[in-house]
Amino acid sequence: MNSMHESGRILVVDDNKVNRLLLTHGLEQQGHLVETAENGRQALEKLRAGNFDLILLDIEMPELNGYQTLEACMRDPSLRDMPVIMTSSLDELDSVIKCVEMGAEDYLVKPLNPTLLRARITASLEKKRLRDQQRKLFRTFANDQVADQLLREGFSLGGKYVDASVMFADIRSFTSLSEAREPQEIIELLNNYFALMFDAITGHGGIVNQIEGDGLMAVFGTPIQRADHCEQSVRAALEMLELLKGFNQEQAALNKPQIKIGIGIAAGRMISGYTGTQHHATFTCVGDTVNLASRIEDHTKIAARPILIDRNTREKLDARIEVEALGPVLFKGKSIPVEVFAVKPV
Amino acid sequence: MTSVIDRNAFEDLKQMAGADFIDELIDTFLEDAPQLMIQLQAALASNDAESFRRAAHSLKSNAASFGANHLSGLAKELETLGRENKLTEVGGRLRALEEAYQTAARELKGMA
Repeated sequence: MNSMHESGRILVVDDNKVNRLLLTHGLEQQGHLVETAENGRQALEKLRAGNFDLILLDIEMPELNGYQTLEACMRDPSLRDMPVIMTSSLDELDSVIKCVEMGAEDYLVKPLNPTLLRARITASLEKKRLRDQQRKLFRTFANDQVADQLLREGFSLGGKYVDASVMFADIRSFTSLSEAREPQEIIELLNNYFALMFDAITGHGGIVNQIEGDGLMAVFGTPIQRADHCEQSVRAALEMLELLKGFNQEQAALNKPQIKIGIGIAAGRMISGYTGTQHHATFTCVGDTVNLASRIEDHTKIAARPILIDRNTREKLDARIEVEALGPVLFKGKSIPVEVFAVKPV
Repeated sequence: MTSVIDRNAFEDLKQMAGADFIDELIDTFLEDAPQLMIQLQAALASNDAESFRRAAHSLKSNAASFGANHLSGLAKELETLGRENKLTEVGGRLRALEEAYQTAARELKGMA
C-alpha cells in the first residue's frame, strides 16, 4: 500500500458475490479494512453497529435497494455525514444522478476501473477526514447543546436575520512583569486564558466563533434562539472577569504575567450564518450590531471600564446587574452618537 | 479460435483483484453464472419478470467485469425484457446466452 493514501474502514454493499469479493480483496490490498453486506437492510445494521469511514453502495439489490438505503442513511443523523459512493452499471446513470442529488458523495461505474476506484476512495476518505476535523473543531467552539443542534441541522451555508447579542473581548495589557517572556510561556498563558473565557461563554449559552491573536468574538442567542441573550452575555462577561481575577492571583503567586481585558457587547438584529465553502465553513454574524460591539469593546480603553454595553443590551438586563450610563459616544464610522453603559464588576 | 474476452477489461480486473486472487474470482463467476441461468429459466417458466430481470442484471454485471462483452450484451437484452415485462419475447435468447457463456467460460478457464 502506498503510504500516501489514507486507509479507512469501508463497507461494501452489493448483492453480487463476484463484486463483493473483487472489491473486498482489491480494497484490502490498498490497505483498507473492508466489511461487506448483501443488501441495504444488512448494510444499515452494520453501519449502526460500527464505525465506518465510507460506503460503497450498489443500486440494484433485493430487500432494500441502494436508493432506499441512501435515503435511510440521510435520515439518520449518525450516518448522514458518512460519504457514500454509489456503484452502478452505465445504464443506471439516471438513478445515480438521483442518488448524488440526495447526498451521495460520488459514483463509480461497473465494471470498475482500478485507477478511478483508488482515486475516488482516496478523495472521499480525505473529505471525510476534513469533515471530522471540522466537526471536532466545531465542538470546541460551542457547548454540546449548540453543537448537537447544528450537527442535526447540518452545515448548510447561507444566512438569516436573527436577534442576538455579540461580544468582543481583548487582552488590554500584560502587566506586572517587564522582562521578556519565552514564546512558549506566552502561548501557554493565552491557552489557559482562552480556556477560562470559553468556559464562561459556553456556560451561558454563547458560542465563541472567532479567535484572533489575543481577542475573541462570541455570540449569544444564535444559532439557538433564546430571549435572554442580553442577560446571558452580560452574565458571561461578569463571570469572565471573576475567572480572570482568580487566574491573575495564580499568575502573581507564580511570578508570571497578569492579564487585563476589555469586553464590549451590543445586541440587535444581525445576519447569522455559515461563511466559507462546503468543506471549510465557520459560523459567524455580521452587521451594524457586530461592528458596534467591536467599537464599544475598543472604547473600554478610553472609558477605563472592563465591560461596556449598548442601550439594547442594557434595556434587557435584570435590575440586579448594576449599570452606569456613560453618556453618548461618537464612534468612528457612525454618524450619530451611541449611548454606552458600563457594567459594574461584582 | 477467436477470443471472446476483452483483454483490457480483464487486465483491469486482474489489477484490481490482484494476480494471486484472479483464479478465485474466475471460479466464483463460473460457479455463480450457471446458478443465475437456472434462475432465468425458472423465472421464465413462472413468468416472474422481476426475478428474471434481477438474475439477468447480475449476469450482465459479472460478464462485463471479466470482459465477456458478448455475454454481457445478451444478458442486458434479457434484463431489458424483464424490466419491460416482455418475457414472451425471450424466445431463443436464453439458448444463445447459454452458448455465449460456455464459450466465455472455456476461455476464462484457460486464463486461470
